Amino acid sequence: MTLDPKSPAHHPAHHPDEALLLDYAAGSLDEPTSLVIATHLALCPDCRRVVAGHEAVGGVLLEETAPVEPAAGALAALMTLLDEPAAPPPVDASPIPSAPILPRPLRDYVGGDLGAVPWRKLISGIDVHDIVVGSAPNRFKTRLMRIKGGVAVPRHTHEGFELVMVVEGGFSDGGRHYDRGDVTCSDGEVDHSPVADADGGCVCLAVTDAPLRLTGPLMRLLNPFVKF
Amino acid sequence: MPATRALVLDGVFAFNGVMSDVPPLTALEVTVDGVARATPATPESSLDDLVVAVARNRDRAAFAALFERVAPRLKGYLMRLGAGASHADELTQEVMLLVWRRADAFDPGQARAATWIFTIARNKRIDGIRRARRPEIDPHDPALVPDRPLSADMAIESVEDAARLRTALRDLPPEQADLLRLVYFEDQPHSVIAKTLGLPLGTVKSRLRLAMDRLRRAMGETR
Repeated sequence: MTLDPKSPAHHPAHHPDEALLLDYAAGSLDEPTSLVIATHLALCPDCRRVVAGHEAVGGVLLEETAPVEPAAGALAALMTLLDEPAAPPPVDASPIPSAPILPRPLRDYVGGDLGAVPWRKLISGIDVHDIVVGSAPNRFKTRLMRIKGGVAVPRHTHEGFELVMVVEGGFSDGGRHYDRGDVTCSDGEVDHSPVADADGGCVCLAVTDAPLRLTGPLMRLLNPFVKF
Repeated sequence: MPATRALVLDGVFAFNGVMSDVPPLTALEVTVDGVARATPATPESSLDDLVVAVARNRDRAAFAALFERVAPRLKGYLMRLGAGASHADELTQEVMLLVWRRADAFDPGQARAATWIFTIARNKRIDGIRRARRPEIDPHDPALVPDRPLSADMAIESVEDAARLRTALRDLPPEQADLLRLVYFEDQPHSVIAKTLGLPLGTVKSRLRLAMDRLRRAMGETR
C-alpha cells in the first residue's frame, strides 16, 4: 500500500461511519448521501468489502422473508417475456476520460470530469457548484466546493448533518488531515473551520441536510447574506 | 426446534424457513446434450446452481425453479417495503427478468445467488417504489481504486458463511436484531430510525456496529 495520497492506488484513511455503509447496502439511504458513499466506495476497497458483507446479510434476510404467493399466472406470463429483447442500454454520450479525477458515479451526476465543472464564486477563495440530485426538491444540498490553497472555510456549525469527501488535494480540520477519498461527517456538535492544503488547495464533495450557520464574530453578521 | 424452520422472532419480521427448503431440481444434473454440467444441487447450493444453469444454458426449467423458490420471497420483501400486492407482482416480474438477462454477470466465486438477487431487488425497489436513482460504482471506471489482493480464505462469500450467518442472526440480542431488520425493511436510514424510536443516535450506531461485528465474526472475518 502506498502512502502518497497523489498516487492512484492510495487508500483512504477516514471512512464513513459503518451505520451509513449499512444504510447504503440495505437500500435505505437517501440519494444525495448515497452519492457520497458510492463515490467513496469507488476509492475505497476496504469499505467495498464491508458493504459486500452487509449485502450478504441482505441475501439471508431475503431468503428468510415471509413468502407471499405471486398472482396466479405470474410465472407463465413471465416465461413469455424471456425471448423479448431487452431495451438497449442507454448510449453513453460522454467518452470515458483516460485518467479521470471524478470517479463514477460522481462524474455522471456532474456531467463530466473535474475540468468540466461550471464553478461559481461563493466568497473569495471558495468556488462552488451545486449538483442536482433527484428529480424532486429535497432538504439536501449537494455540491462540489473548490477551496484555494491555504484558505480557511469560515468558521461554522451545522443545524443538521454534513458529509464531506475529498475529491482532490486535501484539508486539515481539528488536528486531522484529510486526503483524496477521505470522508468526514459533522453534525450540530461540531463548530469547525477547515483549512485547505497550502500546496494546491482542495476540491470536496459535500452533502448537507440543513443550512449551516456561520459562528465567527464577523461572519455572524454575514449570515443572512451568504447562502451556503 | 429445527434450526431452519418456522420460527417467529419478533413482531417486525417472521422467519418461515428458507428458500432452499424446496428440493433441488434433478433435471439440472444432465443437460440437453447429455453432458453433466452442474453438480447435483444440495439444499444449500441449489440457488447458485440454478442461476449458473440459466447463465450457461438459458435453461428455462432452471429459471422456472428459481422463480418458484425466489418470487414469493421477493414479493414478500417488496410488500414489506411498501408495495401493494399488484405492484409487488409487477416489480417481482421485473426483478426476475433482470435475473434472466443478467445471469451471465453472476459470479458464484464472489457472492451467493441470494445475495446477488437481493442487490437486484433492492435497486429495483429504490427505482420502483421510492422513484429515486441509486448511485453505484462502475467496476470498469479507470478512477476506481482496485481491490487489495485477498487471501484465498477471505475471497468469497461461501455457502458455509451463509449457514453461519443465519445462525448468528438468530443469536443476536433482540435489540440489535430488531434495529438491523428496521434498516433493511423500513426504507429509513438509521438516523431516522433513531428519531422514530426515541433512541440517541450514538446508541443506534453502536448497536448496529455490534451486530455487524458479530455477523462478520460468523462469516470468519474482522473489519
